Amino acid sequence: MIGPTSDRSSRTSAAFWLHNRPIMLRFMQERREGLGARVEGSADSVSETASSVLDVKDLSTVFRTRQGDVHAVNSVSFDLKPGELLGVVGESGSGKSVTMMSLIGLLPVPPAQVNGGHVSFAGRDLLRMQEEQLRAVRGAEIGFIFQDPMTSLNPVFTVGFQLTEPLRLHMGLSKPAARARAVELLELVGISDAERRLSDYPHQFSGGMRQRVMIAIALACDPKVLIADEPTTALDVTIQAQILELVRELRQKLGMAIIWITHDLGVIAGIADRVMVMYGGQVVEQAPVAELFANPQHPYTRALLQTVPSVRGDRPDKLRVIEGQPPILFDFPNACSFQDRCRHAMDRCLKQNPPHYAIGADHLTACFWDPSTGGARDG
Amino acid sequence: MAEAAPLVSIRELKMHFPIHAGVFRRHVGDVKAVDGISLDIFEGETLGLVGESGCGKSTVGRATIRLYEITDGAIQIDGIDISKTPSAELREIRPKMQMIFQDPQASLNPRMTVAGIVGEPLLEHQELSPEERNERVYGLMDAVGLNRAFANRYPHEFSGGQRQRIGIARALALNPKFIVCDEPIAALDVSIQAQVVNLLEELQEQLGLTYLFISHDLSMVRHIADRVAVMYLGKIVELAPRDALYQSPAHPYTQALLSAVPEPDPGQEASRQHIILSGDVPSPSNPPRGCNFCTRCPKVMDLCREVEPPVRDLGSGRYAACHLLDQEQ
Repeated sequence: MIGPTSDRSSRTSAAFWLHNRPIMLRFMQERREGLGARVEGSADSVSETASSVLDVKDLSTVFRTRQGDVHAVNSVSFDLKPGELLGVVGESGSGKSVTMMSLIGLLPVPPAQVNGGHVSFAGRDLLRMQEEQLRAVRGAEIGFIFQDPMTSLNPVFTVGFQLTEPLRLHMGLSKPAARARAVELLELVGISDAERRLSDYPHQFSGGMRQRVMIAIALACDPKVLIADEPTTALDVTIQAQILELVRELRQKLGMAIIWITHDLGVIAGIADRVMVMYGGQVVEQAPVAELFANPQHPYTRALLQTVPSVRGDRPDKLRVIEGQPPILFDFPNACSFQDRCRHAMDRCLKQNPPHYAIGADHLTACFWDPSTGGARDG
Repeated sequence: MAEAAPLVSIRELKMHFPIHAGVFRRHVGDVKAVDGISLDIFEGETLGLVGESGCGKSTVGRATIRLYEITDGAIQIDGIDISKTPSAELREIRPKMQMIFQDPQASLNPRMTVAGIVGEPLLEHQELSPEERNERVYGLMDAVGLNRAFANRYPHEFSGGQRQRIGIARALALNPKFIVCDEPIAALDVSIQAQVVNLLEELQEQLGLTYLFISHDLSMVRHIADRVAVMYLGKIVELAPRDALYQSPAHPYTQALLSAVPEPDPGQEASRQHIILSGDVPSPSNPPRGCNFCTRCPKVMDLCREVEPPVRDLGSGRYAACHLLDQEQ
């Protein structure tokens, strides 16, 4: 995560930060207002941070490769409120998975390197935690569901073993108690005949059932936050519909906060409360779900919404396309990373990375172009 | 269009894969991947073939151009029966039918350059001088939107979308009439999918190609296909012109499949009625008695568990296999 030399200094700064947080926040806010830049975190940012389960500030991740440094995540900031479902959309390579894996230290070091930033979770900074403490957080307080249920379950252990492992490890349950809870969990995710299926191996389950097992494992210790990384991408539409229905139900019952990574805007429309659109390792737009679909601001979001064909409604003769390829960033972006594919690019986009503009309540976009006027946002 | 003779005509196609078990590898059963399907594909049209994974749609695609030795049935392409043709003769017919594969990474030889990959079919099937061949390769690269300067690069130097363009150029090299597209966009990103689909459509207009477009993405199939066939467990349950199928699906499986596709519109998504199918697709080695869909069908009747529904002609090019349609008539 953080190299041995930078570790010590950053830990002291973390302690400083924790002690002086209210003062620091006010200071930073004043500084922002003083500079006149409209950055995320308006007047009520202090109370907002206090009520969120997870608060990420300026997270940056770099992969050190032989070809050079690849800037996969570039000062990403977002927060997650209790009980909320935050959808994260973007193409592959936009940094959505890497962002979430950086949060809880799941990336291999090297080549990955998390360069600064703060991730406060339940009053602690996840980026400055010891590996052991972090292990106690992962699985217990933050659950993770991966894309491919076949490769993320261990084929040589029974489902029962894999399901009771976190219960015994994190919650210290006895074997029979863990088993009873495991049965409960399998029933919760809709697997019938749970008692008997505990002794089955992953290959004896179908794809959809395996994903249900993964969800059960992630839910085992009653996490506050559940991170789901493309949990339905590998599944068929009918099975995807089953899983989405299950997640809706579970949210009502358990009320945890969920981060749902996907590239499918249809899925997002159905389950998310708030959406974060990522491109080139940056958050380019963030808004409540209805607002994002009704009033998309960033050209990338707009293009994404137009390229998606639908099974209902009008059928256009030609699909709209976004020309070109998503970028690989060998440098920290000092220009807009979408500018070479953007139809509204201006001179300014080549010279300056657009800051976050607040559009309305809880709606942010990182773009100089204003769709309402068709011109630049300011000056 | 329905009056003309079809370019591709498939009758009662069966593709069973034997299961061998035990010490003596005895033949104990068959995976009935494709179990008696009939299809016509007309010249210049795109027939979409949709279904869940494991329903046998890719097997249909491969069997249609005889990449498998088929178990039973007849296939005619451009008037020639290819279902029993020996492989040497089949080779002569191959230029007419080509295939675009799902995974552009796996279907391109990593040790060959783009020019080598695209030029190989020409080397095999046509007597061209190296200059003529190069000219043709460049022409193909232009047609699929690849820069000529990349001709001597290797597949790993390209992005997913560009690799799929190489695969398309290779399929076009011999001026085929019929191309099987087996999930050509499944491995690509959303913004790149639209580029490839548009390219396929442009090429169809220019060259008068006929596609069998296999996909699990119902919204893309709605965009590209003229007619759509829906498969479930080795059988075609519904075949209809595109607009009719998407507006008023006749088979309960098609209805459920369409209802399961999430709508990229939060307002509609909240109010829409979802049909959620329970359970999974049964194993094709041991399909249920009666209708294949009876284990998951929300409208199942006693009859469905006993008798397999025949394919019914519903008029105006629509066909479906369901007992519910008998009752309505």
